[in-house]
Amino acid sequence: MAALVRFLTSSILSKIVMAATGLVLVLFLLGHMAGNLQMYLGQDAMNTYAETLQGLGGLLWVIRAALFIMLVLHVITSIKLKWENYNARPEQYAMRKYVRASLSSRTMIWTGIMIFLFVTYHLLHFTIHATNPAYGGLYDAMGRHDVYSMVVLGYSNVLISLVYIAAMILLAFHLFHAIESMFQTLGVNHEKYNPFIHGLSLTVASIIMVGFLSIPIGVLFGWIELPAGVIIL
Amino acid sequence: MKLKLHIWRQKSTQDKGKMVTYEVDGIIEDMSFLEMLDVLNEKLILNEEEPVAFDHDCREGICGACSLTINGIPHGPEKETTICQLHMRHFKDGDEIYVEPFRARAFPVLRDLVTDRTAFDRIMQAGGFVSANTGGIPDANAIPISKKDADLAMDNAACIGCGACVAACKNASAMLFVSAKVAQYAYLPQGQTERKRRVLNMVAQMDREGFGNCTNYYECEAVCPKGISVASIALMNRDFLRASLSEEKALDR
Amino acid sequence: MTLDSKIPSGPLAEKWDRHRFDMKLINPANKRKYSVIVVGTGLAGASAAATMAELGYNVTALCYNDSARRAHSIAAQGGINAAKNYQNDGDSIWRLFYDTVKGGDYRSREANVYRLAQVSNNIIDQCVAQGVPFAREYGGYLDNRSFGGAQVSRTFYARGQTGQQLLLGAYSALMRQVGLGKVDLYTRHEMMDVVLVDGHARGIVARDMVTGKVQSFAADAVILATGGYSNVYFLSTNAIACNVTAAYRAYKKGAAFANPAFVQIHPTCIPVSGEHQSKLTLMSESLRNDGRIWVPKKKGETRNPNDIPEDERDYYLERKYPSFGNLSPRDISSRSAKEVCDEGRGVGPTGYGVYLDFRDAINRLGRDVIEARYGNLFQMYERITGEDPYQVPMRIYPALHYTMGGLWVDYNLMSTIPGLHVLGEANFSDHGANRLGASALMQGLADGYFVIPYTIGDYLAKSGGGEKVTTDHPEFKKAEEDVRARIGKLLDLNGSRTVVSIHRELGHIMWNYVGMARNEEGLKKALEQIPKLREEFWENAKVVGDGESVNQALERAGRVADFLEFAELLVYDALNREESCGGHFREEYQTEDGEALRNDEDYAYVAAWEFTGVGEKPILHKEPLEFENVKLQTRSYK
Repeated sequence: MAALVRFLTSSILSKIVMAATGLVLVLFLLGHMAGNLQMYLGQDAMNTYAETLQGLGGLLWVIRAALFIMLVLHVITSIKLKWENYNARPEQYAMRKYVRASLSSRTMIWTGIMIFLFVTYHLLHFTIHATNPAYGGLYDAMGRHDVYSMVVLGYSNVLISLVYIAAMILLAFHLFHAIESMFQTLGVNHEKYNPFIHGLSLTVASIIMVGFLSIPIGVLFGWIELPAGVIIL
Repeated sequence: MKLKLHIWRQKSTQDKGKMVTYEVDGIIEDMSFLEMLDVLNEKLILNEEEPVAFDHDCREGICGACSLTINGIPHGPEKETTICQLHMRHFKDGDEIYVEPFRARAFPVLRDLVTDRTAFDRIMQAGGFVSANTGGIPDANAIPISKKDADLAMDNAACIGCGACVAACKNASAMLFVSAKVAQYAYLPQGQTERKRRVLNMVAQMDREGFGNCTNYYECEAVCPKGISVASIALMNRDFLRASLSEEKALDR
Repeated sequence: MTLDSKIPSGPLAEKWDRHRFDMKLINPANKRKYSVIVVGTGLAGASAAATMAELGYNVTALCYNDSARRAHSIAAQGGINAAKNYQNDGDSIWRLFYDTVKGGDYRSREANVYRLAQVSNNIIDQCVAQGVPFAREYGGYLDNRSFGGAQVSRTFYARGQTGQQLLLGAYSALMRQVGLGKVDLYTRHEMMDVVLVDGHARGIVARDMVTGKVQSFAADAVILATGGYSNVYFLSTNAIACNVTAAYRAYKKGAAFANPAFVQIHPTCIPVSGEHQSKLTLMSESLRNDGRIWVPKKKGETRNPNDIPEDERDYYLERKYPSFGNLSPRDISSRSAKEVCDEGRGVGPTGYGVYLDFRDAINRLGRDVIEARYGNLFQMYERITGEDPYQVPMRIYPALHYTMGGLWVDYNLMSTIPGLHVLGEANFSDHGANRLGASALMQGLADGYFVIPYTIGDYLAKSGGGEKVTTDHPEFKKAEEDVRARIGKLLDLNGSRTVVSIHRELGHIMWNYVGMARNEEGLKKALEQIPKLREEFWENAKVVGDGESVNQALERAGRVADFLEFAELLVYDALNREESCGGHFREEYQTEDGEALRNDEDYAYVAAWEFTGVGEKPILHKEPLEFENVKLQTRSYK
């Protein structure tokens, strides 16, 4: 028991929690992005995909709950770490310079907070429709919830699009350090593979950013259009 | 050359410190940074002022006593150089220089630039050794050790325990110091028997001392006067995880 | 005072084994009833404290650094000797013994040196077991190199940081015992005095360098492992804080001080760059394998060295010692450098330096080869001087770096004060008049790991100092009062000179008159000047701050005050020894070729000095040296 307690309160465990939950969240992001990219396949494909997800029923809730736990763990652990780190140096330097630490690594907590706020907004916006209740009343010709139109309508608002675009840039910035860091925390550091890990980190962060960004941009530029017959209330 | 120095002055651990500005003249470029401070101190003494206290001893970059943060960088701007080996030719006439202690909760200031780094000793006491009593030891050549492993162990053993890694870390984390010791023994056959126990006990003590957490900034590696690699931190993470999962009993000393 | 070396009888090779059998033992359960104080946590102190704690004694260890890991043993670069004969090149315990006695110019005890050679092998085993990462060959076995002109490869090394690695090994063993509660470690504590009860050393008084608290520690025996006194010369390769205080306090309390005049000067150090210089840095002697040493023929030469034509250069070592040339032994090359600089032909800003030129070697072997051999040394040189030795010749000058002399000890490493044991550089025992390269680390660890743990048991078992004492004993109270009074006196100093400036002046006197070459006239001059300077210190020095917090000026003042007394002792010894041997060169006693002229007839003895009062001439006691196994020879390097 003592060993368990020591394990759970240890600094390295906290890091491992950050890395492991981060990994799950990144994998989710990749899946989510792949789903979103179906917007390019048109209204039918997108809505079919959405309905399939909804059709998972109980399983969907399990996945949602799991993701929620991951997110909460990630956030709580980061707060714990931040709090400890803040306390680890009560007196700050009068003059501070960094030699090596990247901007991305030094701003993790800030990009993290903004991403968290964004996720909250995003759920209220597209999932719960709390900000735009009208989204709940969109149905396509087959009577399915018209997710496709909802997205196009959402991004047609320049302000909303800008929020999403900004959030994705911050996310990429966050991930750039996060993915590389995850390998280190899980004990993978080898001079032979480090360039690859660095490249992978950059690539995955960029793919996620570009993939997600392309949709609001596509809408704003008119590459993705509202299907005929949808009425904006 | 003439310099303007902003130096942290603090009478004792309990006192609140502040930055105080001094001017020194007649600095020549062959002086080491500490010799420049010697000049200042001689001047202060003759002016009835208390000299600036700072830790230093061997002045050849190996004892690990010297511990100043110069213009925001522990041990100053030169790569793999302790502050005692930094010479004034890297500065120019009229420069303003900020001189601060190695700041961390776990390194309380004792006076001015002198800090208490015994937290490192306590981490070592928790497991930074091979339990080999004197005597009764097999011949030194009884266990061959590959040159590569010996070299890797030596890379890590080169740590001078100065604490610059902690001072440079945004979170005041001691991971580089601890991992250097863990890694040194991990690469050697002599370190295997206590490998799990060692990493668990040393990390536990590190946490108790109030150091921050590693968030992989790698600022520690950048300022380390002995160039110890953050790869050792990854090794320690790995060892810690493995030991945590397999060591079922509560650990004793 | 009588000097009983207590050398065991019997053949040399059996002395230590016999002695170990003859010594009284303390049963394991009873060891915890005894306590020992160890002052200093360098190689000797840390290894002794850890080993005695492993045996079961209660150990109190003190050091003035912030951590036990910072002692100056850490700065030793080259390596550690052992008679392992791993290289199959004919080494043996006997050969290591023989080389050490010969290298010490026949001024050391045969029995001590033989024991040192015997346990040298155990040291390597012990260090490897502790995880010291010695250099290895590809096959996985330990690598060795030849060092300091030895004919065999017996030196074990860990890159250029052997001292550091060995100290960290001993430190880790010590930390383990601290963690187990067997050693009470007091860092930032400086020993101020040793306390005698009924003639036995029963404790010390130390000052907490953070709070200023003066505190006593009582025990059944006291061990000093407090290093050498090179810093009496102000500039040396020693760390800034290295001092003679602990040893000198013991001397004042009645311990004999042996051979203080035997100091070693290393020829290849980076020269002084100005009055601001606080210490000197040593560079490996291996540089002399390829570098050529020269000075300009003309006095007051101002040209860039590269512009000085060949026929205006004086390769003085090659000229004077054609067969050994630039590889002439340490003392000869050191003295020759001093001579040419005294003639006004020295180079560099101060005129105290000679060139060590790699131009010819680079032309002959190519820059790559030189870089592979000496890259790190060249880098170090450039870092300190700002000059690129690939382009301009290096400048070097000799510097103080080790002191063979120290407190007199018997075969059991006990001083003339019962119960007060002395280890490592602080004692005089094994190196005679000159120490061989890579032997300092060996001696420190031999004393700490393998000698004192046995001999302390014998002392304690034979009743030691008798009844237990506590720090409430009046002798402790008196010693504390003395210490406080002295600190008060130092804090009251309010003259117009800093302590450091007086220390620097003492250094000049010592270096000029008691340095590489000494003569009667100079030594007498030093004997006049030192007391004057001491007077000046007590009248005109200035110490600011208080005694209740970190006060580095006060710490320095206490150390310098002791150096100012100790310096005189060193001069008396140099004056007494009317011969040249090892590190002690008297200009009056040399051959026509400038070689040291030893006088085995009259001076084959250890000069052990007894304190009689500050400023008074100490009393000389002689311990005759008998050589039953080694034949005394004279060296020649022509």
